[in-house]
Amino acid sequence: MDISWYIVLSAFIFCIGAAGVMTRRSPLVILLCLELMLNAGNLALIAFARMAGNVEGQIFALIVMVVAACEVVIGLGIIVAMYRRKLRIDVDDLAELRG
Amino acid sequence: MLFEQFLFFVFAAGALGGALGVVLIRNPFYSVLALVVHLFSLAILFLLLTAAFLAAAQIVVYTGAVMVLYLFVVAYVGGTDDELRPKPHGLANALGPFFAAAVALQLTIAVIGSSLAALDSQGAEVGDGFGSPGQIGEALLTKFLLPFEAASFLLLVAAVGAVVLARKRRGLHEPADAVSVSEVLRGGQPR
Repeated sequence: MDISWYIVLSAFIFCIGAAGVMTRRSPLVILLCLELMLNAGNLALIAFARMAGNVEGQIFALIVMVVAACEVVIGLGIIVAMYRRKLRIDVDDLAELRG
Repeated sequence: MLFEQFLFFVFAAGALGGALGVVLIRNPFYSVLALVVHLFSLAILFLLLTAAFLAAAQIVVYTGAVMVLYLFVVAYVGGTDDELRPKPHGLANALGPFFAAAVALQLTIAVIGSSLAALDSQGAEVGDGFGSPGQIGEALLTKFLLPFEAASFLLLVAAVGAVVLARKRRGLHEPADAVSVSEVLRGGQPR
């Protein structure tokens, strides 16, 4: 398989994720779409690592996975806190993140 | 080689379908399940790219742990169906899909049309152990020790932050219909 196939696939997944972030309003789904974008980046990193025959890109992808996990945990914590305060789970209602 | 192409196209379709499902399905619960399909397909693609350890990590960490966390939160918050095409909030919201399509077009042209000779390759020759846990672990503990430690510290910070964010605060009212888990466990009637 040409490496470029993987890169194109990664570009498409990234754009689907970006479209989701721009159009959906539930912060849960926006987090899911962020996951899509991060995973598209991971796919590109691993494809380039394969192309160069170098394991460093895979290390990079692993660190991206760690950062994505942290982002999910914090994002879900914010959503649970919003629910606790009986706010509507809608990003348009929360245009500012003040205490 | 033919089998590899077959696997690539099947799981690339799975990854794209899962991604579209995440964005297009209205119920967040099913969005999460679509993301599980997507992540699993990506893990197979990682295997095709000879990243065995990352494929395993993808399945264990993402499809296993993170998605379960998502499902718990969706079940807790109660995934409300939000409308897919909300009332237009200004120009930016309405133009979002077009921006995304433009970026997709541009990226595809950049990749396909670029005259980078290296992109048009089968990749470098790699040995048997490429991407194996042993090789990744050796790189992490020698050349990439500092990023490795920084990542572990970041995980610690995120765990503490999540506890701080989601803990019960004094002075805030619980939702009236909330069911306390500890009460249910003690056998009491939920309020």
